[in-house]
Amino acid sequence: MDNLYSLTAGELLGLLDKKTINPEEIIESVYSRAQSVDKKIKGYLNLDREKALSRAKDLPSSGKLKGIPVAVKDNICVEGELTTCASKILRGFKPPYNATVIEKLKSEGAVIFGKTNMDEFAFGSSCENSSYFPTLNPWDTSRIPGGSSGGSAAVVSADEAIMAIGSDTGGSIRQPASLCGVVGMKPTYGRVSRYGLIAFASSLDQIGPFTKDIKDAALLLGVIAGFDEKDSTSVNVPVPDYASYLKNDVKGMKIGIPKEYFVEGMDKEVEASVREAIALLKGKGAQIVDVSLPHTEYAVAVYYILATAEASSNLARFDGVQYGYRCEDPANLLDMYERTRGEGFGAEAKRRIILGTYVLSSGYYDAYYLKAQKVRMLIKNDFEQVFKSGCDCILTPTSPTPAFKVGERSADPLSMYLSDIFTISVNLAGVPALSMPCGFTKGGLPIGMQLIGNFFEEGKIFNAAYAYESNTDWHKRSPKL
Amino acid sequence: MAYEPVIGLEVHVQLKTVSKMFCGCTTGFGGAPNTHTCPVCLGFPGVLPVLNRRALTEAIRVALAVGCKVSDKVKFHRKNYFYPDLPKDYQISQYDEPLSENGRLKIKINGGEKTIKIKRVHMEEDAGKLIHEEGGDSSFVDFNRSGMPLLEIVSEPDINSPEEAYRYLTDLKLLLRYLEVSDCDMEKGSLRCDANISIRKKGGTGLGTKAEVKNMNSFKAVKSALEFEFERQSKCLEAGERIIQETRLWDTDKGVTVSMRSKEEAHDYRYFPEPDLVPFTLEAAMVENERKDLPELPEARKARFIGALSLTEYDAEVLTQDKDTADYFEECVKFYNKPKIVSNWLMGDVSGYLNAKNLSVRDSKLKPQALAGLLKEVDSGKISGKMAKDIVIEMLDTGKDASAIISEKGLAQISDTGELEKSAEEAIAENAKTAEDFLNGKDNALMFLVGQVMKKTKGKANPAVVNKILRDKLSKK
Repeated sequence: MDNLYSLTAGELLGLLDKKTINPEEIIESVYSRAQSVDKKIKGYLNLDREKALSRAKDLPSSGKLKGIPVAVKDNICVEGELTTCASKILRGFKPPYNATVIEKLKSEGAVIFGKTNMDEFAFGSSCENSSYFPTLNPWDTSRIPGGSSGGSAAVVSADEAIMAIGSDTGGSIRQPASLCGVVGMKPTYGRVSRYGLIAFASSLDQIGPFTKDIKDAALLLGVIAGFDEKDSTSVNVPVPDYASYLKNDVKGMKIGIPKEYFVEGMDKEVEASVREAIALLKGKGAQIVDVSLPHTEYAVAVYYILATAEASSNLARFDGVQYGYRCEDPANLLDMYERTRGEGFGAEAKRRIILGTYVLSSGYYDAYYLKAQKVRMLIKNDFEQVFKSGCDCILTPTSPTPAFKVGERSADPLSMYLSDIFTISVNLAGVPALSMPCGFTKGGLPIGMQLIGNFFEEGKIFNAAYAYESNTDWHKRSPKL
Repeated sequence: MAYEPVIGLEVHVQLKTVSKMFCGCTTGFGGAPNTHTCPVCLGFPGVLPVLNRRALTEAIRVALAVGCKVSDKVKFHRKNYFYPDLPKDYQISQYDEPLSENGRLKIKINGGEKTIKIKRVHMEEDAGKLIHEEGGDSSFVDFNRSGMPLLEIVSEPDINSPEEAYRYLTDLKLLLRYLEVSDCDMEKGSLRCDANISIRKKGGTGLGTKAEVKNMNSFKAVKSALEFEFERQSKCLEAGERIIQETRLWDTDKGVTVSMRSKEEAHDYRYFPEPDLVPFTLEAAMVENERKDLPELPEARKARFIGALSLTEYDAEVLTQDKDTADYFEECVKFYNKPKIVSNWLMGDVSGYLNAKNLSVRDSKLKPQALAGLLKEVDSGKISGKMAKDIVIEMLDTGKDASAIISEKGLAQISDTGELEKSAEEAIAENAKTAEDFLNGKDNALMFLVGQVMKKTKGKANPAVVNKILRDKLSKK
């Protein structure tokens, strides 16, 4: 079989079980696909055929992902492998340890396959902020793939990886998944260990899967989820068998439609597709109810205060002392700090560090950080109220628009920040959410919808998503490359 | 004009846990630079802290011992500042909700007592250490100390003299040693002290502008630095100058404090809640368990020594000034129930020997049971008190039992009346004048005769027996 790269993990695992193929063949197929298309997409920062093949030869005797190549966003530490957050300041950095998710993937037989491009330190919504090069959208290479996990979304969309993992701080998995026409999920905060994820905003970051369909998403999340004693924010709640939720049946399921997410000015094609998806689920027996998340309008402001505050502190360690980039011939200590960070960080990183430093500085803390913390609780409370009222899921668009043109919003940070308007509240609340394809624009760009669940109820999201996917074929379309 | 100093102390204590505050690395002292490190205490990208439970319980014990109210919530903050020995460029510490607040420490001063209020006791992690190349312009960082668990014990500005500061530190150290939570070794940096000092008119209230003094590496240095600062600030005010708020460093060699930075250059630490450590509730039962588990503290022990063991205030004070000595004393009393006698021996011959050899009582070869054995030999009359003084030195030197030494050297007292009677008769015959004196009422004369008998028996005679024999013989004359 020469098109193994186009299959899902579920399909490949079936073939591996029957021994009609072997892991090396999958690696070869996906690698040669990447060789031929990544010139256009630029989704990978590092991809090494020999390394992947040698990993495929050295697999555990069994495992839920045995032989499946999984691409990894460049902010997740892989022992001995370049891990740079697509930043000059970490150029050449090879961590001496594996992230917990990497250990889990390896123990289930996944083949760690290449590091994917991203917005520097996950700061961005377009994947144009990498210090290496921008990644492009496989559906239209004049457009962005979304960010910050744009590389992971694009390589799955372009069949250059079977699965990928990314991180989501304000929508960085769901928004690019939506714009690239794949499935992407941000699990409940605390569901997946953050140990080894180079922090952007610790209280918001969460690692999650990119896959071609819902079944694969349930499979991959099942592997990476679970309590980790190395991460004090991980929660000791048993991981259910997500596959058991994959039912083509939503009868009696109550799905909330928040009015704040369907407002004047949003893209008409996006709105139409999402409304059609709602109608489909209703037709399958789901109960559709109007709900309200009244503090939605404050989410972006709250997010950019809290996320930048944490980021300014998390990025302080890149000071040129121990690892990564250090400026040439510093005159003294202060000069080393200033030039190392001045030369090492890109514009967006500097913008956020300065913003975060400002909101934490004495005299401003109460007005900004503390106030934002309080509003965050109100936003979380909004979600709790909706789920308390009996909703199983909330359904919204993932992104207000389809993929925009490269460079279109680069000069206007604020318009870029609004790309995550539908995804940010979920991170502030800590609840899980998934984005999946729900249509295409007339111009052929993917449209995504977002399913939001209650804390640790990823299973219900998978149920609704699987029922929808089983009755549509958006996920089967592939970009022409 | 007469001034008085107003002093508050910030004491940093390194806890004696096996592993560091937020990772599994050893807290062992020494080790080649950067060998006691891991990605967590090196602050590598992606790593996360996990609180050491042992550090928490030790911190709670200290908080309880100084009478603080322990908070029901454990919460950490980040204190952000750039420094090459601070691997994350922020320190995980506690800020608006410290582990504990509102305690006190009673100190002994000028024959009386004074209570110093303790503002707070909180937990934090230590930084690494910079090593500056001698004669060169390079600096090196050793992260072995990075992430060591520290307690910060902050007093209220209740201290009004350098002597009080010295006593406060001494008594605090004693308390910490009793709790066995730290070795409190200033040379190894496991106890460090910063002082805030301002001055005001004697007897006044209110606070003047303070200076913070750092870099003092002994209690004596703290006292000297505070004396210097008091003088400096007094002269400053006398000259009509204004005192500026600043951080000053103590220069031990020159005996002066020098300005390090003024308030204008002070840091904005941008504290905010540490998002990697979720706040959690301390269970009241756990705190109560620690409270029940607290050892008897110096004050209580001293009171018991005076009350139950009938020691003098002075003896009790000296014995409880060091936990090992007090433990040793009690162990000995278990085998030989005459506390005053044990106390005399411990404070006399034994401590004299140990001090001369610079040994601690715990390292001594003389075990409490053996000392008790020696004292029993004296009581039984087998040896004299004077002989015991020689024997104890040998016991300290060799670790042998008293009985072994006595039999090896044939030191047992002669209580055999037959042999002693012969010597006594000789002594009376050789000193007829003295015998006469005794019979004429000079009691002292008998002591001379006893001495003569002791001489004849090379000190082995039992003086009590000799005394009795001499009296008998003389009375028959």
